[in-house]
Amino acid sequence: MTVTDDLSTTAPAASGPTATAGRTVTLKIRRFDPEVSAKPLWKSYTVPFDPSDRLLDALHYVKWNLDGSLSFRRSCAHGVCGSDAMRINGSNRLACKVLVKDLGPEISIEPIKGLPVEKDLIVDMEPFFDAFRAVKPYLIAEGHEPTRERLQSAADRERFDDTTKCIMCAACTTSCPVFWNDGEYFGPAAMVAAHRFIFDSRDAGADERLEILNEREGVWRCRTTFNCSNACPRGIQVTKAIQEVKRALIFRRF
Amino acid sequence: MATTINGAAAPAIETPRSPRRRPGGPKARTNFELYAWLFMRISGVLLLFLVLGHLFIMNILDGGVQRIGFGFVAGRWASPFWRTWDLLMLVLAELHGTNGLRTVINDYAERAQTRFWLKMLLYVSAGLVITLGSLVIFTFDPNIS
Ligand code: SF4
Ligand code: FES
Repeated sequence: MTVTDDLSTTAPAASGPTATAGRTVTLKIRRFDPEVSAKPLWKSYTVPFDPSDRLLDALHYVKWNLDGSLSFRRSCAHGVCGSDAMRINGSNRLACKVLVKDLGPEISIEPIKGLPVEKDLIVDMEPFFDAFRAVKPYLIAEGHEPTRERLQSAADRERFDDTTKCIMCAACTTSCPVFWNDGEYFGPAAMVAAHRFIFDSRDAGADERLEILNEREGVWRCRTTFNCSNACPRGIQVTKAIQEVKRALIFRRF
Repeated sequence: MATTINGAAAPAIETPRSPRRRPGGPKARTNFELYAWLFMRISGVLLLFLVLGHLFIMNILDGGVQRIGFGFVAGRWASPFWRTWDLLMLVLAELHGTNGLRTVINDYAERAQTRFWLKMLLYVSAGLVITLGSLVIFTFDPNIS
């Protein structure tokens, strides 16, 4: 069929940008390969793009047509999986959610900051997940197991709706200046995860989690910089969630 | 995957900060940070009144700085009200500033050693200022020759 013909002849261009529009952009990418050099290097690539291309498409163009050694994470390509958070022109964004045309003629791309870089744009996410696990991000229920769903009013559900939207991309945590300097700080994303359960009327583990976030490296380290709220690709009011946890801690004591 | 990187290469990239130790580790859970946070808010509000009031009385109210002298201070400190005012201002401002600087040191000093010594310096200087200040307020003698 013609469909298969089309696909096989234009395979690279079909999912990447096409050169037809004639506009190009320069990607300045911070490359790091420990097998090549112990230091990171900036490399520039000139890439054609369409007005509808997202930055992820431009990265694909580099990887598939210019330099196959470029490494980055991505999976869904539609802002759902949270794999491709990176520092784009100095701000943490998902490469699949920003349009190339909105980023200017030269775009700087770096790995998210504060986590150990493994290669190019790929960082070791383990410290981030460690903090996430530490706040017990799962339902802690008490009493008898109900025989059907645990019911909840719409108002009770609304209370923590914002923080249910997190996709664990780490854009918030790695935009936080406190986290950059202090790897023991839980970071905004872990607090968002804690918030989601602390304010869930079906959950009975709020005290446990509040105790954990009351630690030296917990919510009190937050300096309300608002970098996290700015970075979140899901539009979660991250700083507000952290402040609500602080308030809960204070009113629990007084 | 690039998981075979030896530890020496990866930290050459910036911010190989201390990773999270424990969860639920050895550190005793206290409410110190909670109280420190609350103290900053409350002392901040109080200082707003104390310091602005102080500046107003000293610099603007009848005659301003020109009238300040030994006699003026002696007259003021004859009343326990003004002594309490000044003592409160001294202690609150010093502790507020010290806690603020403690935070700044925690945020910016990267090595544990640097952190420790900077904080020691901070605490010693704060202790000195508070001791000296309260000494003057409590032992002030208007008849000194
Ligand atoms: S809160 Fe937002 S920025 Fe942070 S991990 Fe979740 S989705 Fe990403
Ligand atoms: S690739 Fe899944 S969020 Fe961007």
